[in-house]
Amino acid sequence: MSLQFLADGILVGAMIGLGAIGVTLTYSILGFANFVHGEFITWGTYAALTLTSGIGLLVGQDMAPLGPFSIGWPVLVAGLIAMVLTGLLALLLDLIVFRRLRRHGNAIIMVMASFGASMALRSLVEFTFTSEPAYFSRELQIAMPIGLGIRLTADQMLMLGLTLVLVVAMQLLISRTQLGRAMRAVSENPALAQVAGVDVAGVVRLTWMIGGALACAAGIMAGITVQIRPFMGFDLLLPLFSAAILGGIGSVPGAVIGGLIVGLGESLAVQLIGANYRAAAAFLLLIAVLLIKPTGLFGRRA
Amino acid sequence: MTATSSSRTDAPLLTARDIVAGYQRDLPIVNGAGIELRAGEIAVVLGPNGAGKSTLVKAIAGLVPISSGSVVLGDADITHLPAHRKIAAGLAFVPQTENVFATMTIDDNLLLAAAVLPKAQRHARCQAMYEMFPDLARQKRLPAGRLSGGQRQMLAIARALMVGPRVLLLDEPSAGLSPKLVAGVFADLARIRDSGVGIVLVEQNARAALSIGDRAYVLVEGRNRHQGPAAGLADDPLVAALYLGHRPAAATTGVPA
Repeated sequence: MSLQFLADGILVGAMIGLGAIGVTLTYSILGFANFVHGEFITWGTYAALTLTSGIGLLVGQDMAPLGPFSIGWPVLVAGLIAMVLTGLLALLLDLIVFRRLRRHGNAIIMVMASFGASMALRSLVEFTFTSEPAYFSRELQIAMPIGLGIRLTADQMLMLGLTLVLVVAMQLLISRTQLGRAMRAVSENPALAQVAGVDVAGVVRLTWMIGGALACAAGIMAGITVQIRPFMGFDLLLPLFSAAILGGIGSVPGAVIGGLIVGLGESLAVQLIGANYRAAAAFLLLIAVLLIKPTGLFGRRA
Repeated sequence: MTATSSSRTDAPLLTARDIVAGYQRDLPIVNGAGIELRAGEIAVVLGPNGAGKSTLVKAIAGLVPISSGSVVLGDADITHLPAHRKIAAGLAFVPQTENVFATMTIDDNLLLAAAVLPKAQRHARCQAMYEMFPDLARQKRLPAGRLSGGQRQMLAIARALMVGPRVLLLDEPSAGLSPKLVAGVFADLARIRDSGVGIVLVEQNARAALSIGDRAYVLVEGRNRHQGPAAGLADDPLVAALYLGHRPAAATTGVPA
């Protein structure tokens, strides 16, 4: 058996983990399963794609790839701007939809609203960009052997590195900073957080921004290493939720480790049983973990 | 913890007047009650279950909407400030239950509340709290959920004191504690009062509360029924009969809060 499935699983898992951070944060702080998160991934990626073409038009033909990678600097700049824009999109959606509904405090209404908003946003992307797959770059990438019979492209290694940086930065933010403390406090008990001097509305806004930006980052990585499609985020939604629940709602490292487990489980299933069972693997893993530890691997909820 | 208005100790530090408040606008639980508090004083709020004592302090703290009346702290009208801005203005609140963040360490519980302080002062302020409550200092890296009931109460009070408030509101700090621990908590409150902080103490444990109180309010059906010095109130036959638990059989059909 080739060990390549390990590399594939870790790559997909890192992407799922990055997206799942946003899911786990909005779930724990806002208290509902936000189905729009998949659309943040899609919208963020298409925003980055559009901005990349825009930058290309502005600076002319000089879009040579950077070093061994398939993408040039315009993708990186466009990616950063797209992350901010996706954060703002999340904030806008909260402002016009979720903030009003939150006052009624009914989670099922929020979930249904997010489902509706997600369908609307997805259709809008399909209408604007068609369902043809798009790519950041047409450059060919040669996978290099890195030992143990595993091959990775330069792009894939870059993605893994960037994911690691983002995950460590998020974990430090949550565990060490005043904002992180405030986020944990709001997640545990919003009323008490207010009494402890936390601006709960401000924390909610920042949570949306961070969740949206990270979803965009995950989408761009999927776009670079695979392809860009209007359904890319929707297809990732269930693995994202599996990862977030598997890791324990509210836990950033949990979301990432959950993502890696789901990714590895999927690629192992492809290797052993066949590609048809890819999606089922995530759920079998999820059910198995929840039967043993209902709060997820790193769940803290009492 | 210096009280800035200490030069005019006779002027009230906190005045809550004619407060009408409740979770639903058409169903007020507090119906015109009010309190007045001076720096370095403990005001005890008593009353039967359902009298609106808890709702009154929650409304003053900004957790229950106030539909009419006013809350003035020092010279500032803070009636409609959101709860987190009231902390910054110098008004801290300790809820009765779930008053610590169980999943966060003791250190993080305290540092969380230090957000409004300049960065350089935050750890020093934590240290001051640990000196005041040595029990907490020994376990500062433990999640607060592992603390005993008495220690949780200490942590909740320490968290409220982090910003150096001028007024501290407490909702039944003796609830669920053994008599020995209650004595400890009340001794702490007396110390805090002596440092110049004004304290509003809502209590069921009337005798213990009146023993450290300076003035007392008795609420009935959301209104002030009695107000005056705390001393001697426990022995006032009418008040004792109605609100201190020695109720005649006919008057015991109160609705629980």
